[in-house]
Amino acid sequence: MTFRHSMTTGYNFTQKHILGIHHLSVDDIDFILKTADSFKEISTRAIKKVPTMRGLTVINLFFEPSTRTRLSFEIAAKRMSADTYNISATTSSAVKGETLIDTARNISAMKPDIIIMRHSFAGAPEMLTRYIDASVINAGDGSHEHPSQGLLDMMTVREHKGRLEGLKVTIVGDILHSRVARSDLLGFTRMGARVFVYGPATMIPPGLEELGATVCSSLEEAVADADVVMTLRIQKERQKDPLFPSLREYAQKYGINRRILDRARPDAIVMHPGPINRGVELMPDVADGPRSVILDQVTNGVAVRMALLYLVMGNT
Amino acid sequence: MLQNGRIIDPDNGVDRQGDLLIVGGRIAAVGTPPPEDVQTVDVGGCWVVPGLIDMHVHLREPGEEYKEDIETGTRAAAAGGFTAVACMPNTRPVNDCLAVTALILERATRGSARVYPVGAISRGSKGESLADFGEMKEAGAVAVSDDGMPVVDSQLMRRALEYAADHRLTVISHSEELSLSRHGVMNEGPVSTRLGLKGVPAAAEAIMVYRDIALAEYTGRPVHIAHVSTAMATDLIRAAKARGVQVTAETTPHYFTLTDEAVQGYNTNAKMNPPLRSEADRRAVLQGLVDGTLDAVATDHAPHSTLEKDVEFDLAANGVIGLETAVPLTLELVRQGVIDEQQFVRLLSVNPARILNVPGGSLSAGRPADVSVIDPAEHFVYTADSVMSKSRNTPFLGRSMQGRAVMTLVDGRVKFSRPR
Repeated sequence: MTFRHSMTTGYNFTQKHILGIHHLSVDDIDFILKTADSFKEISTRAIKKVPTMRGLTVINLFFEPSTRTRLSFEIAAKRMSADTYNISATTSSAVKGETLIDTARNISAMKPDIIIMRHSFAGAPEMLTRYIDASVINAGDGSHEHPSQGLLDMMTVREHKGRLEGLKVTIVGDILHSRVARSDLLGFTRMGARVFVYGPATMIPPGLEELGATVCSSLEEAVADADVVMTLRIQKERQKDPLFPSLREYAQKYGINRRILDRARPDAIVMHPGPINRGVELMPDVADGPRSVILDQVTNGVAVRMALLYLVMGNT
Repeated sequence: MLQNGRIIDPDNGVDRQGDLLIVGGRIAAVGTPPPEDVQTVDVGGCWVVPGLIDMHVHLREPGEEYKEDIETGTRAAAAGGFTAVACMPNTRPVNDCLAVTALILERATRGSARVYPVGAISRGSKGESLADFGEMKEAGAVAVSDDGMPVVDSQLMRRALEYAADHRLTVISHSEELSLSRHGVMNEGPVSTRLGLKGVPAAAEAIMVYRDIALAEYTGRPVHIAHVSTAMATDLIRAAKARGVQVTAETTPHYFTLTDEAVQGYNTNAKMNPPLRSEADRRAVLQGLVDGTLDAVATDHAPHSTLEKDVEFDLAANGVIGLETAVPLTLELVRQGVIDEQQFVRLLSVNPARILNVPGGSLSAGRPADVSVIDPAEHFVYTADSVMSKSRNTPFLGRSMQGRAVMTLVDGRVKFSRPR
């Protein structure tokens, strides 16, 4: 197939695993995005199938609930003709008390090629790589990273803005618990954008400036002249302590509505990793409005995941 | 007779090259002629110091012998140069009574170092009511602590300080404000943010240290703060001492050697409670050792097996072993000119003996011959095979180190010796 030929020329992508943006160089990220660009077309065909990964075994090992990410990875793998299998926490032997390492080793003994893993503990996918042979793609580990989300966010911004360098990218919300925020922060700053963050002080963890972000002291300041306004889901299930008084107050003080959005650049785009708490972090008219690219993010997600599977496949 | 060593005995103002004679298990006075059948050992190039005392170890017996037991723990202690250890009561069952204290002491008769049991402050260490201090003291406990957990109820802590003083038991406090540290697995800071792990703020230690200091100040009773890891706590202790409060404190080699960066890669062998802190904290703890704010170095030797450590970082148990690395890591401070040789001996021997109110800490004539012989220059790599403890959970595996014990004597008997 023509795209495969063009892929084998050019950059030498050597990563065996995709554990986080922080392991990826600027060239790695650039190459992944370019590869994703060329895979995007496949999803527009009548027959959405290429034989690239035929005969390869891809396992979705999801210890946390997920509809869109798992489906996105599964569709990506199947469109590339891989054989996919899903294991979720409730049906896995984790309920019988099996350790993660034992689960991984047992699966590894069945010789999968790629394991896509989502887990509620940071570092779990990285730990897996020490015990198994297959490639591991991190689909989200606790509050640490969600690299495929970071990459699809970058792809979406680049598509709409033509570049990443120099853009003002604003992320609003629960940065403390957000793996998406961390991956985005690392990715966008690495590619030369300027990242600004804002949220309730209780949700801004220490050390963000060290990671390259500017921590703002008001929503207006954060959104002013932004090229991209990204808002994060308030994660009720990840909070164990009282971070803010009520969803109503959150929506009033930190939610993205039309009035706030007017402070951004006129051509600013609005993003959200999903699923949206409508009326909390994002008002419905903005979520469904002309500047929202949320659904583009989802479409690009499949392309980025096809790219990741493809690129890692060569090194597995 | 230990010949040609450098005898460092700060309690007696001694630092000289010479011979140390041991007769009948006791230190002989200088100038005593050696008996005809004397055994001589040339310890040229080595330091000869009062037996080192680790006032904070977990020997795991009774109840968790798969991690360590008194025999292997004291063997590791002797290999590390320690002639005595104080063992914490968070065993299974908790050591809150005569029966468990007596069991520990009985097992210790077959060990390689003296064992001073620390009894629990509260029954079962549940933090509800006082344990039988009198009974435990009689059985042989030297101190009380609920180590592993703080005493949350301040009224109970107050009563513990008062009641322990009556029985001449040292109160060792694990100072941690649980509502701030809950679910935290490492120091709160840029590294925890980067790794996506829930952090424990330094304030969690400082708040409880201040609570303990306030109680010691108010009651006029002494308190000893365990495993100090933060600048905030060190500063509080310094100020309290200046006010005349009877507070003493210890820190561990990992707090003055490593920072939270050691957790990178989700290394569970860098996970302990309190956690490794920032560089600023590490420096403050070092300064505390220099200016006497922190009186002792104790390892908080906490063995765990692969069952507890080869798991996801969030799930891993807290604790690292430390008996065998304390000497080289503390010697590093002497090499760097941060502390001198006398301070080394005070931190690891003189002060622990004083705080626990046990014999030791000096080489005075007539005293039991608990002696540590240390070669400060010997280079080695700390590998898994050299570990004497049953457990291998240490962040220092593979590290090149310099200086270690070559002979350890208790009551004049050789409990450990390393061929040179």
